[in-house]
Amino acid sequence: MSVRLALHSPSGSRSFLERGLLLLVMLIFLEGTVLTLGAASSPDIGAQDNTGGGHDHRGIAGSHDHTNYTYIKKAFPVLSLDYHHIQVPFEISLWVLLASLMKLGFHLIPRLSSIVPESCLLIVVGLLVGGLIKLAGEEVPPVLDSNLFFLCLLPPIILDAGYFLPIRPFMENIGTILMFAVVGTLWNAFFVGGLLYAVCQIEGTYLSQVELLPCLLFGSIISAVDPVAVLAVFEEIHINELLHILVFGESLLNDAVTVVLYHLFEEYSGAGEVTPMDVVLGVICFLIVSLGGIAVGAIYGILAAFTSRFTSHTRVIEPLFVFVYSYMAYLSAEMFHLSGIMALIACGAVMRPYVEANISHKSHTTVKYFLKMWSSVSETLIFIFLGVATVAGPHAWNWTFVSVTVILCLVSRVIGVVGLTFIINKFRIVKLTTKDQFIVAYGGLRGAIAFSLGYLLDKDLFPMRTMFLTAIITEIFFTVFVQGMTIKPLVDLLAVKKKQEAKRSINEEIHTQFLDHLLTGIEDICGHYGHHHWKDKLNRFNKKYIKKCLIAGERYKEPQLIAFYHKMEFKQAIELVESGGGVKLPSAVPSQVSMQNIQPKKLPPPVAERALPQFTKGREEEIRKILRSNLQKTRQRLRSYNRHTLVADPFEDGWNDFVLKKQRLIELEKKMTEMSNYLTVPGAIPDSPTMCRARLASDPNAFYNIKASSDGIPTIQVDLASPQSPDSVNMLNEFSKEGATGQGLGQREGADRDEDQGLMMKLAGKGEKGEEEGGSKNPGLMRCLSDPGPSNEDEEDEPFLP
Amino acid sequence: MGASQSARTEHEFQDLADRTGFSLEQIGNLNKRFRQLSKNEQTLSRQDLASISALDNNPLRAQIINAFFDKRNLRQNEVGTVQVIGFEEFLMVMSHFRPAAMHITEEEREKLRREKLRFVFNMHDTDSDGTITLEEYRRAVEELLSKAGTIGQETAKAIADAAMLEVASTTRGKMEPDEFYEGITFENFLQILKTLDIETRMHVRFLNMDTATMRCGK
Repeated sequence: MSVRLALHSPSGSRSFLERGLLLLVMLIFLEGTVLTLGAASSPDIGAQDNTGGGHDHRGIAGSHDHTNYTYIKKAFPVLSLDYHHIQVPFEISLWVLLASLMKLGFHLIPRLSSIVPESCLLIVVGLLVGGLIKLAGEEVPPVLDSNLFFLCLLPPIILDAGYFLPIRPFMENIGTILMFAVVGTLWNAFFVGGLLYAVCQIEGTYLSQVELLPCLLFGSIISAVDPVAVLAVFEEIHINELLHILVFGESLLNDAVTVVLYHLFEEYSGAGEVTPMDVVLGVICFLIVSLGGIAVGAIYGILAAFTSRFTSHTRVIEPLFVFVYSYMAYLSAEMFHLSGIMALIACGAVMRPYVEANISHKSHTTVKYFLKMWSSVSETLIFIFLGVATVAGPHAWNWTFVSVTVILCLVSRVIGVVGLTFIINKFRIVKLTTKDQFIVAYGGLRGAIAFSLGYLLDKDLFPMRTMFLTAIITEIFFTVFVQGMTIKPLVDLLAVKKKQEAKRSINEEIHTQFLDHLLTGIEDICGHYGHHHWKDKLNRFNKKYIKKCLIAGERYKEPQLIAFYHKMEFKQAIELVESGGGVKLPSAVPSQVSMQNIQPKKLPPPVAERALPQFTKGREEEIRKILRSNLQKTRQRLRSYNRHTLVADPFEDGWNDFVLKKQRLIELEKKMTEMSNYLTVPGAIPDSPTMCRARLASDPNAFYNIKASSDGIPTIQVDLASPQSPDSVNMLNEFSKEGATGQGLGQREGADRDEDQGLMMKLAGKGEKGEEEGGSKNPGLMRCLSDPGPSNEDEEDEPFLP
Repeated sequence: MGASQSARTEHEFQDLADRTGFSLEQIGNLNKRFRQLSKNEQTLSRQDLASISALDNNPLRAQIINAFFDKRNLRQNEVGTVQVIGFEEFLMVMSHFRPAAMHITEEEREKLRREKLRFVFNMHDTDSDGTITLEEYRRAVEELLSKAGTIGQETAKAIADAAMLEVASTTRGKMEPDEFYEGITFENFLQILKTLDIETRMHVRFLNMDTATMRCGK
């Protein structure tokens, strides 16, 4: 939702003009698109002409086949139009382009996009396009073809959801989610189907030909909460994590139930009755479908993780493995009529911790960006197609049926949620309040999956198919428009807890880990194998066996807390750079407190004064220039699971190098402590800038002042690396009284050793030696540390297993 | 000891139930476990707890065991450690891990939070002086990362330092260079862990099931 338009400019009048122009362009484009698409869908008249002509030609030729066949020379065609050659890809691209332009367009009108959720706007656009096509007299193309939907449009969205699924809240609430998904959907299906049948039997509705099984089938189609719609709407309301994961998890896991019910009722609609045996088979089928889907996904996930272990020499194709394995998992599951959605989720969730440890940072970024991009485009297309399909029809409107459907869906959802919560709360620690229940019930949106399933129905077997489709579309429209639009003000009205935007502090992280171990210990003392015990066992098993197999190198040993800490440090560094390197003292926490405040002053200060490195003005200017030209701006992102803003990751570039450098620093530091109390190194390398960037940017004098008192201040590490500059070196400022590692912060350019040429690496070797020798000579708090080149990439984003 | 014991225990259990808030059944189960651990003695010593093999993999093993013998956790407002504990003390320590009841007032919730956080605080504050100093915090983080190898040890210090800085800055705000932040007091501790929802997270399910059956549903 926060796609930034390149056109946005500060001056009001200019932006208005630009906006107007863009709107105009889009409208024209829309017209053009509509006509082309409409024309494209109509039968190939041109082709027929050609073939007719060709036929004639051949006929003529045939009659002369004993003689030389006459060749009628005509003018050489300089420019010819051959639409059919490129027809299909062209249309696809046109649709995708339309969808993307729509997305851009909505943000031109910010007020609109804050009132109306994007999904509604997109459906309206779809309606418009469909309407325009119809007006142009062409036949509306059957765009929401079930094959297209299930094989092309749905997988990216689900993969995106599965890959970035927040595992910890998901697993903590898995019982609740399963209850809602399985029992809730079953309840909905039977309630709606049954009551609809009863209503149909009432005299005067002219619906008595609708039998029980088709009704139940309809019920099962319409009762499933749709992940696409839920994602689209919930992304914008920023609700608290628990509710989000409940509704979203339910929408993902109810796929298995829907698949089984759908196939069951479809199979037996012809027979007209369902025996208890069939029910038993249905239950078994459900188990197979869901567990099988998960198993298939897990297998592919492990394969992907294993493959990624060996990709250290071919980084460029790493993202491809992620995508292809996942897609194959989906297709394999669909091949056996297992739950493709669950397979995809399982695949993404299983492979993620291992793949992320193995792939380079750039690949990780690529994977993230591609997933978000595809899922975004897919979602947009789905909604537009929904609109077009609505216009396309055919429709069979029946007031009773449709209105009863809508009402029943709402009623059954509410009853289902309330009833289930009553049971679930007996087992939960964090109970679901009434407000929560309301949001869960209200957030049960239906979407395109229901439509596609309805579309798949056989016309002959189900004569009332069109009526079903109309009802489904109405229900979808109702939920998406009415519920989607009103859920945001309702959330505000009811003061439902919103998502915590607060950054996770390191204390919290430490204590989360601490609590985990503490509770495991207490459980062991109590003697029963509780929740924590199994989680701990799984973690240990994972660490001991699985990680060794699936993660390359030594990275698997790194615990979660350390990963978190590094991440935080890096984030701080980026923030500092972002802020322009103000005078503020850098530290691992944005604080006005520095290390000296918390260090116990028990060490004797051996040297009160220290000579500061002398820099000439000229050198200073040089250094400043280098720093300014080399530092790359990184964009700061909010940490959230929002699809429209990418998952926050300010440490995209050079993360691995930074961390490795840090480790090197630690080793070096050990050597240095023998030499002096202060880690001191002169600017041994002639061209190396040795100043703290923060101070440099502001005031050269400040550097000296601060220096005098900064015994234990964590100072910034500035890291310059750029393929262009030959002076790029990495440097690190360190301090220590007792040799403790300082709160260094690093800011680095992306210089992955594989992708870039890594000029910076070359200078490193000399640097290290230089500083060791010159250690005792020039006391100062600055040290220049050059990185001899990472031998081990180290990266961590999310904890492996939360 | 047999018959009179059982009659006495019933009464005792009721008394304990009132004081610690456990149900009679839970106390019965815990008693069984206590006897199992203490090898049917009346008291439990450190060695008994240390002999639990499942704890071997736990990085916080030593601290957890110490917590049982820490007088501050026994609600007696004393400091120091004891060598052996009886069943009552065992229950006292365990009662810190009871889950919160469904409908409790804000006041009670706050009280519960304080109690639980106090337990964690005591685990960190090993010298019982009421504050967690930098050294103590460092040691705590080191213990936590003790299974992580050499990398962990080095970074543990950095992490502890960063955490301490964070506490100092959130609780004390701007400090002059010559001011000294002695350590994390209990109030500070409460403040920084405000968002952790500890009253819901810090619990163990003392189910109404026999601990011998060893299965915990979710």
